[in-house]
Amino acid sequence: MKLDLLLRVATKFILPFMFVFALYVQFHGDFGPGGGFQAGVIAAAMIIFYAIIFGLEAAKGVAPEWVVEKMMPLGVLIYASTGAISFFYGKNFLDYSVFDLHDPAHGQHIGILLIEFGVLVTVCGTMIAIFYAFVGRGSS
Amino acid sequence: MEHLDELLINMVLLTLMAIVVVGIIVMKNLFSAVILSAIYSFLLASVLIVLDAVDVAMTEAAVGAGISTVLMLATLHITKDKEATFTHSIAIPLFVIVVTAGALIFATFDAPEFGSAAGPQHNHVAPYYLSQSINDTTVPNVVTAVLSSYRGFDTFGEVAVIFTAGIGIMLLLKGRPSNREDEQKDLDPQDNIEVKASKRDGEQQV
Repeated sequence: MKLDLLLRVATKFILPFMFVFALYVQFHGDFGPGGGFQAGVIAAAMIIFYAIIFGLEAAKGVAPEWVVEKMMPLGVLIYASTGAISFFYGKNFLDYSVFDLHDPAHGQHIGILLIEFGVLVTVCGTMIAIFYAFVGRGSS
Repeated sequence: MEHLDELLINMVLLTLMAIVVVGIIVMKNLFSAVILSAIYSFLLASVLIVLDAVDVAMTEAAVGAGISTVLMLATLHITKDKEATFTHSIAIPLFVIVVTAGALIFATFDAPEFGSAAGPQHNHVAPYYLSQSINDTTVPNVVTAVLSSYRGFDTFGEVAVIFTAGIGIMLLLKGRPSNREDEQKDLDPQDNIEVKASKRDGEQQV
């Protein structure tokens, strides 16, 4: 599906900024608004936007279906294993203070970054996979 | 009255939201209703920004106005874009709506005054989070500290819910892979459309 030139060129301009904004929201979430969930939906919206303008096949070239479907459980796994690491130090589930034994508060910071990454992976993967499932249904 | 401007903006946005809702109810064309619901989400995101809930506003704009609109348009592409005519009696739905709305409005009488600092939500654990989160976690954004650290287990549950929702939709919409392969082998896309069309005709005749 090829729409007119203006839309395609404008999309190519906007997409990199959307991606950088998603990364900004992800990694700046400790300081400003945002976090894994927001970054995940922005990144997913970027792929969906690309699919609307350039077609589903082009989007599947950027984010292949099998990668997206593996991302859904992978994020939950990252989150759960981050929480489970504290078991080895005799602490409770999701106690991030074990990531920096000398400075527990800094350990919290590291733990938050790790689990936010897990949230990003699951949310982004799920949103794109749902989109592929809906649109694939219409074209078959 | 230093927050009068904020109040005015909220009034305008909430009034516009009410108008959009009426538009969605009146609209018979489902395509227009989907676009109106996207406008509703953007207005809600604006309200949330005025209320300083930027995290929620971002999510509302991306999910409510962006992704769910696209999903509803994808659904309209498969189904019809005209609302089906309602043939049943409206007595029971009307009763349910009136009772639910009445209960909800009655519940708001017990809610603390809008923006009041004396509300119970501001006097339970919130003061501790606001004063101690920077020492406990070194994260300046209190929302992130609460979500990921103090309430980490709840957020884990939320991620699991999103994962479950995704798996559910995969199961419903993608079906068994073996069946799909058979279908694709038997029919090339052109035939498939014709089969669907003839099926639809058959249903209408019955």
